[in-house]
Amino acid sequence: MPAYPATVLPPSDDKRWRIVEGTMRRHGREPNALIEVLHTVQESFGYLDDTALRFVAQSLRLPYSKVFGVATFYHFFTLKPKGKHTCVVCTGTACYIKGSPALLKAVEQSAHIQPGETTEDNQVSLLTARCVGSCGLAPAVVFDGDVAGKIGPEEMSKRILRWLHHDA
Amino acid sequence: MTLEDLREIARTEREKQQEFPRKIHVCTAAACLSQRSDKVKAGIEARIKEKGLEKSCHVKGVGCMGLCAAGPLVSVEPEGKLYQGVRPPEEGSDTTDIVDSLESKNTAVERLKLDPTLPFFKEQVKVVLENSGNIDPERIEDYISADGYEALLAALTAMTPLEVIEQVTKSGLRGRGGAGYPTGLKWSTVAKARSQNNTKFVICNADEGDPGAFMDRSVLESDPQRVLEGMAIAAYAVGASHGYIYVRAEYPLAIKRLKTAIKQAENLGLLGNNICETRFSFRIDIRLGAGAFVCGEETALINSVEGKRGTPRPRPPYPAQEGLWGAPTLINNVETYANIAPIVRKGGAWYAGIGTEKSKGTKVFALAGRVQNTGLIEVPMGIKLRDIIFRLGGGIPDGRNFKAAQTGGPSGGCVPEQYLDMPVDYESLAKVGSIMGSGGLIVMDDTSCMPDVAKYFMDFCRTESCGKCAPCRVGTTHMHNLLEKITSGAAGEKELALLEELCTVVSQTSLCGLGQTAPNPVVSTLRYFRNEYMAHISDKQCPAGVCKTKPAAKTAEVGK
Repeated sequence: MPAYPATVLPPSDDKRWRIVEGTMRRHGREPNALIEVLHTVQESFGYLDDTALRFVAQSLRLPYSKVFGVATFYHFFTLKPKGKHTCVVCTGTACYIKGSPALLKAVEQSAHIQPGETTEDNQVSLLTARCVGSCGLAPAVVFDGDVAGKIGPEEMSKRILRWLHHDA
Repeated sequence: MTLEDLREIARTEREKQQEFPRKIHVCTAAACLSQRSDKVKAGIEARIKEKGLEKSCHVKGVGCMGLCAAGPLVSVEPEGKLYQGVRPPEEGSDTTDIVDSLESKNTAVERLKLDPTLPFFKEQVKVVLENSGNIDPERIEDYISADGYEALLAALTAMTPLEVIEQVTKSGLRGRGGAGYPTGLKWSTVAKARSQNNTKFVICNADEGDPGAFMDRSVLESDPQRVLEGMAIAAYAVGASHGYIYVRAEYPLAIKRLKTAIKQAENLGLLGNNICETRFSFRIDIRLGAGAFVCGEETALINSVEGKRGTPRPRPPYPAQEGLWGAPTLINNVETYANIAPIVRKGGAWYAGIGTEKSKGTKVFALAGRVQNTGLIEVPMGIKLRDIIFRLGGGIPDGRNFKAAQTGGPSGGCVPEQYLDMPVDYESLAKVGSIMGSGGLIVMDDTSCMPDVAKYFMDFCRTESCGKCAPCRVGTTHMHNLLEKITSGAAGEKELALLEELCTVVSQTSLCGLGQTAPNPVVSTLRYFRNEYMAHISDKQCPAGVCKTKPAAKTAEVGK
């Protein structure tokens, strides 16, 4: 029987690695816990960087290629840091029918960013979601984790500009 | 925990609730929460304290009451008064007015009143959603007081696994995830499957990926224990001792409530080892999805639970034979599991009494799009589509005309006006070229352009294709390009012919359900709205005024 591999040391003494360690321990460092661990890393650090992916690969005894493959396969994981504020526009069918394309256009005009991009001053990231399940409130937008429903283009621009100009 | 213990908990809980002559229910499901119903609840509680009514009025956060469009919703029991659009204390006096009106039974806050006798509420038949809006989803005692876990303990102590499967078969329940496979048949296949050291798994598919569908989210947020109970009964029936719930990471509230529910059930010994002092043990783990639509497909979902990329596997072998880690695996959808407890409690024959000959029971629909009453409804199978949209749904807003109802998301199709009087069941929907799907029902009016809608769904399938098989990966992109050409007025008859040919190729040669059904929205819109395609092709015009064809005829702004 091969010896149990020595615990891989975290890349730095950042306390957030302890949370990641906790998740890995809870799953017995099983390779099948990869997605759960990546969720924890992203929750703690906001995104998955190369250092994190390598650390997770070593800890779970997985090839780096596999970890990278999983991290890039799922849309929920991001390898780039997000801006200070994030705005997720739902592009589900109900929101599409009720005008989510106009909302994306409003952000494009007020902040000059496309979905997946962050403003140059790192204030606002624009993302899209397949469906946030708030179809009853279409069109829905998630501002920094809070779902807001029945948003019109003017309201959208107003909120984005507020983030850009004031540090609300 | 024995059946007596369970009934004792139920009795205590009921007595505790009866101490309060008045109850105020505040919806705390995601849609109302996003309208700050948590603050509404706090405001009502504060006012009750001010008036010294703590002993006579109980305020409870409950699950979805259905009419999401009018949220936040508040109901006052036992009078059954219903209030809509209640604003939190910082935006007006709504919360104090509601509490103040309690003093007399006959007064209500007129400006907030919502008629509880509307067809939207009256014409629903609730099985899956019977507890939604009545119980506190974060307290297991409340679920137990509504006959929760009776079915599981009855099954464990008085029924053999075979008898449980018999009842499910007799109920005629079919998979609510969309395909409509008979649930009893699936269960008995898994029960009969042999495996090494007898390992089997039960998985709950809560990866509700169809855009426009939010039934599963609502069930998980409003009544999570019911899904756990259904899974436990299924595990007992097929002989599994470990289950997974695969839930979307996009549903944080559902995940939080599921975690609470599992912990509470474990504490009471309703999950875990030797449940109800029998030899049956069952534990449930949560696995988070990570935003891949294809993971709703069962074999892709299994790969994802194993921590891999969510790409589908060829079938056969079906998961019932070789699923998670090669062991026989039962996969059902959230709504299917939510139907199990009442079926076991009241008997399969009772359930089979609802619905049509081949489609039994009820179906939960997420009503959205261009319809007055958006929200969640549960109706008996066989109800007319017209009744859903015009009676329960309240018709089309702004005096517009109905054009089509889209069911089944990117795998489904559109039902045009001439079929509005068709009964809603698996067979009838299939006959007109759509599918039941998981229950998303999106209503479109004359401001929607059908080729544009087809393009929207194809764009969805193109980006969500996992890339494993060529027909889906290449075909969906190619079809999207053709639709782009058509909607921009740059296509001719040749492109349309190619598009139709590709529909057949992609549906017949793709590996999994995603590719096989991806052409459906195109096929069905071509079948009923070919004239709209032709308008884009020959006249270079978009009749609905959505698409920017070259010589754009200026029409009213769409999307307001």
